[in-house]
Amino acid sequence: MSESKLSRRVAIRNSQGLHARPAEMFARLASQFDAAIEVVKEGQRVDAKSILHILTLGAEQGQELLIEATGPDAQDALDALAELTENEFALEPNENQSS
Amino acid sequence: MKFANFMSRKAIRPTLKAAEKADLIREMTGALQEAGEFAEEEHASIVKAILKREELGSTGIGRGVAVPHTKHPSVDKLIGTVGVSPEGVDFNSLDGEKVHLFFLLISPPDRPGDHLRALENISRQLRDDTFCKFLKQSKTVEDIQQLLDEADNNQFG
Repeated sequence: MSESKLSRRVAIRNSQGLHARPAEMFARLASQFDAAIEVVKEGQRVDAKSILHILTLGAEQGQELLIEATGPDAQDALDALAELTENEFALEPNENQSS
Repeated sequence: MKFANFMSRKAIRPTLKAAEKADLIREMTGALQEAGEFAEEEHASIVKAILKREELGSTGIGRGVAVPHTKHPSVDKLIGTVGVSPEGVDFNSLDGEKVHLFFLLISPPDRPGDHLRALENISRQLRDDTFCKFLKQSKTVEDIQQLLDEADNNQFG
């Protein structure tokens, strides 16, 4: 059981930014892990498991975010969340359009 | 982005009557149409677009709140309205709770940044329990207008 804090830097790639649907996907995925997970944007720190918190970041395309995780499955959580973000939330182009 | 920048004050509804999702969306977009925010002939198309977005995943984001929205070419700037359903509506929310507070947004197709900043403002206010409580207790359009003004003046969160 490691309780040290792990972190990963990711950038928002999808053209529409971190709008409602990707925020929901991000929070839903984060909630599957036991680790405490936070997302940091330029000093603003929010709970990764809350859609409301994620939406307050208002992260646009190109925005860099730092994901921090503490807990036994912290590494798995970071890998999964980074993959989701880097894959542009696996949104179809038309889904991305309709926000 | 402040509420004053996109909230259609005439379209605020403190007592939404609709008992189910599609009717509720129609009631709120109807309020925007009556307020003159878009032409009557666009109404059906806007309702359809918002319902289509809901099919991708409910905008019921928990805590009794939903943010139904769409992009639509009939508006040239972001418009929105707020409504309160005293009875609550089943909105297929993530947490299964009925939704009482609704923020509906329609944005021009080419302005994703404005949409994000409106969501950012709405979600920041909704994180504050006092804001949610006051909004739920609002009985009149004036109550809600005053609450939005106070939020714009950073009295919450």
